[in-house]
Amino acid sequence: MDILDYLVAAPEITLLGLICVVLIADLFIDDENRVRTFWLSMLALVVMLVVLDSTGPVARTVIFSGSYVSDGLSHILKLSAVIFVGIAFLYSRDYLRANEIHRGEFYLLGLIGLLGMMIMMSANSLLTMYLGLETLALSLYALVAIDRNNVTSAESAMKYFILGAIASGCLLYGISWIYGVTGSLQFHEIAAAIGSDPSLNDLPLWFGLAFLIVGIGFKFGAVPFHMWLPDVYQGARTPVTLYIASAPKLAALALFLRILVDGLGNLHETWAPMIMVIAVLSLLVGNFVAIAQTNIKRMLGYSAIAHVGFILLALFCGTEQGNAAALFYTLTYVVAAAGAFGMVILLSRRGYDAENLSDFKGLNARSPWFALMMMFLMFSMAGVPPFVGFFAKLNVISAVVDSGYTGLAVLMVLASVVGAYYYLRVIWYMYFEEAEDKAVLQANRDTRLVLSLNSVAVLALGIVPGWLLALCIQILG
Amino acid sequence: MIGLEHYLTLAAMLFVLSIAGIIVNRRNLILLLMCVELMLLAVNFNFIAFSRYLGDETGQVFVFFILTVAAAEAAIGLAILVVLFRNRRSIAVQELNTLKG
Repeated sequence: MDILDYLVAAPEITLLGLICVVLIADLFIDDENRVRTFWLSMLALVVMLVVLDSTGPVARTVIFSGSYVSDGLSHILKLSAVIFVGIAFLYSRDYLRANEIHRGEFYLLGLIGLLGMMIMMSANSLLTMYLGLETLALSLYALVAIDRNNVTSAESAMKYFILGAIASGCLLYGISWIYGVTGSLQFHEIAAAIGSDPSLNDLPLWFGLAFLIVGIGFKFGAVPFHMWLPDVYQGARTPVTLYIASAPKLAALALFLRILVDGLGNLHETWAPMIMVIAVLSLLVGNFVAIAQTNIKRMLGYSAIAHVGFILLALFCGTEQGNAAALFYTLTYVVAAAGAFGMVILLSRRGYDAENLSDFKGLNARSPWFALMMMFLMFSMAGVPPFVGFFAKLNVISAVVDSGYTGLAVLMVLASVVGAYYYLRVIWYMYFEEAEDKAVLQANRDTRLVLSLNSVAVLALGIVPGWLLALCIQILG
Repeated sequence: MIGLEHYLTLAAMLFVLSIAGIIVNRRNLILLLMCVELMLLAVNFNFIAFSRYLGDETGQVFVFFILTVAAAEAAIGLAILVVLFRNRRSIAVQELNTLKG
């Protein structure tokens, strides 16, 4: 154990220190000046970007007796997670202030959740992964319940907590079996144990694997383990939904790639059929049920389930191309999701949540610029060229076709066509319906700027998708 | 002679019992929290049995972490329960039905 080992884990250590600083500082800030906590948190995130940038990994490094890994994948995921948490904080500030839930806890729990995500992204053993997952999950439960006087928030927090706890239980039960069969918790040792002794690849290991997949499916929000997702998206206050819908998706991807690809890659033939079933179900249920929704947060929740179906189908291939497509899809989906919830926040004001699809009616008349931005986001999610969502879907479909599953690819295209209906409905409402609510949009200049950049990013990434895709392939190659 | 399989069977029974408790119980959220704890204890049983069988301490270390996390989880769960009770004056599972669709 070398002192230099700690330098590799500098991002997590720095973040933990910064959380303590923000926590103490928040005690001395009164309610009128709560925005200072916001600026402190943003400062902490900027420091994190600098630290991450300066500790970028030269090569794959495993430290802390094999519990922690730093590689290209963890680096890009951490950078994106920091950026998306920053975006979530920025969009949330004015909403929280207007609705009198502007508490320091929001930013603190957000930062602690970020710490959990970063630990998951760098986990190299099942124990580290579990601890990161719980750090993230526990702060999310508390975040959902942050509005203490809101009945639906409390109810959705309770549902999230119960189902999340069951998911952790299943994941742990699976972990205990994997440990029992392979005798190790570290991913490379598990992979080596299964590689050197094919007789391990038998019923007890598959039993543990099935429970692991149930746990991972819950965390992704894949059908049939999706029950919590629409309720939490709808019941949580919009800034919390925005937080949950963005960065934790990256952590869920890390959970999958680390456990099932790094650790249990040799069992691909066993887990692929299970993943395929839940992915196809997610694709169908997500897209079809989203059509019936009138609440936009709930609709975006079902749309998230459908997108998870795409991500899981890319991972199902088990090829480098498939994994790179999944990484590309997740990164770009999160950009669009953050933007879409940012728009919901933009339309809200004191005591009024623009939660219903009908609140988007006539947005073009109220603000042509933001109607255009929302159109970009919806087109990207629907997968219309030249927006980035199109290339993300194209990569996944070509990875699936290259693995020889043409039927699946056809199904994915058909599901996307169904999905296009409810995204285009939002655009129809914005441009061709009369506004029910004619209030002027209230938002600070910095929020407007970042939201515009966020939305233009889905177009810009769509026009030049090559570099990001090349980066994804290089990382997972 | 009590062997590994007996411990694993017991753990599996506890695990199934806790899942069944979560599904069957419709009246009281506190019972649900207890079932969640039981689930984690079943996992602990598994870890200890495997750890003893393999002669490897990692599993026992994992159990300490699970116990700690379970305590934190129970604290958050009860806190959410209190928030829910203050808003609704009830902790019945079947009344958690505002959100649907």
